[in-house]
Amino acid sequence: MSSKSLRSRSHRLSSTQAQLEWLEKGIFKPGGLPHFATKVNGFQDTPLRPHSLDILQLNLGYMCNQVCAHCHVDAGPDRKEMMSETTLEKCLDLIRKTSIKTLDLTGGAPEMHPHFREFVSQAAQLGIQDLIVRSNLTILLANKKYVDLPEFFKTQNVHVISSLPFYKKDKTDRQRGSGVFLKSIEALKRLNAVGYGKSETNLKLDLVYNPSGAFLPGNQKSLELEFKKALKTDFDIDFNQLFTITNMPISRYLEFLIASENYEEYMESLVEAFNPSALDKVMCTNTLSVRWDGYMYDCDFNQMLDLKVDHTMQHIDDVIPEELVQRNICVSQHCYGCTAGSGSSCQGSVV
Amino acid sequence: MSRPYYQSQDLKKFKNISDWSPELGAKFFEYYNSVFEEGALSAREKSLIALAVAHTVQCPYCIDAYTQDGLQRGIERNEMMEAVHVAAAIRGGASLVHGVQMMEVYDKRSM
Ligand code: SF4
Ligand code: SF4
Repeated sequence: MSSKSLRSRSHRLSSTQAQLEWLEKGIFKPGGLPHFATKVNGFQDTPLRPHSLDILQLNLGYMCNQVCAHCHVDAGPDRKEMMSETTLEKCLDLIRKTSIKTLDLTGGAPEMHPHFREFVSQAAQLGIQDLIVRSNLTILLANKKYVDLPEFFKTQNVHVISSLPFYKKDKTDRQRGSGVFLKSIEALKRLNAVGYGKSETNLKLDLVYNPSGAFLPGNQKSLELEFKKALKTDFDIDFNQLFTITNMPISRYLEFLIASENYEEYMESLVEAFNPSALDKVMCTNTLSVRWDGYMYDCDFNQMLDLKVDHTMQHIDDVIPEELVQRNICVSQHCYGCTAGSGSSCQGSVV
Repeated sequence: MSRPYYQSQDLKKFKNISDWSPELGAKFFEYYNSVFEEGALSAREKSLIALAVAHTVQCPYCIDAYTQDGLQRGIERNEMMEAVHVAAAIRGGASLVHGVQMMEVYDKRSM
């Protein structure tokens, strides 16, 4: 796999249209595998609709210090998209006007946003119950200006959620880049040192596991036990929970699936593992995702496919929160990733 | 016959064996699922045993299924290969230990 973003390689799949073609045609053409909307039909009132707005997920920008092979954002150092100060202010306004309980900051590496700390401090004052920062860990060591982030997170009572695809070096480095594992371990030690992941504090440090290849994640509880045992024994590292996340067949992971000739079988296994009981717990039922430029989406995955909310107001500048909940959720065949097996969300399995 | 004997898609049809004998099929799958639950042995250990046995009975479906099962469980490739060597050692040993029989017969019949 290349260590550059699809965008910088001018790869065909950097176009959302090309990705959607894979998801709509091929094995999903008429007579092939059922479309997600059809599959849902037998189990739930369709189309799917959100039932509340509890989680606001902001994608602060696509810039990242890493270029992971599976990245659904196509993030990388070359990506310059960043949320403007005006849009950040609009997001704070939305929090003030609603009863949003969780603010989930993601990217790219959200910490690379020039107003990151200022924004986190402002949001923390608005009474958010759970202020999540999705940190890729290596950013904490990437530059002097990030070294004191663990302390900053602590002062703002940030909930840190970090990706660590495996508790061993080989698999982690193959997916996330050479040297990433040892840097991640060092970053986890620094977070532990200020109290993150320790049973005697309330500073939450959760890890995210996603399979390093074309297969579905195993049982979340069993993998959590394995991770805890290995990280404690090998590195004396503590963390709270492990979330298992299914890789979504979009962006760079889609590139991998196609190039390795795993696409069809992977999609078949997602469809086969369809679990209707995950349906009312998929993220889009209580989440709003905002792109760096202020456009709104049902989830971060729809954002990457540019499937904007199905509503007359699609931009945060125009949002009337109570009206926005009255919408249908845009689905395509990537949605099977959220309902396979025990289900998958940004907070791990759902059933 | 033009259809090859082993086809990877057939693995997905395994459950169809119940179609012609629902009662026995249901009993088999219930037993099968119970066997692989956490017990005195962990489900992870059982997965590795299944992988080794799959190589012994040389079932391509089982090898496919338990390699994927291992991947999902975070079993690493060196662990999988060690399990296959256990199968090979027992298989090879089972051939070799019959050499004793051969030696006995040879010695008895020879002057
Ligand atoms: S750290 Fe996250 S955002 Fe950055 S490249 Fe990796 S997966 Fe993408
Ligand atoms: S991909 Fe997004 S829209 Fe589709 S089911 Fe998952 S959360 Fe909902």
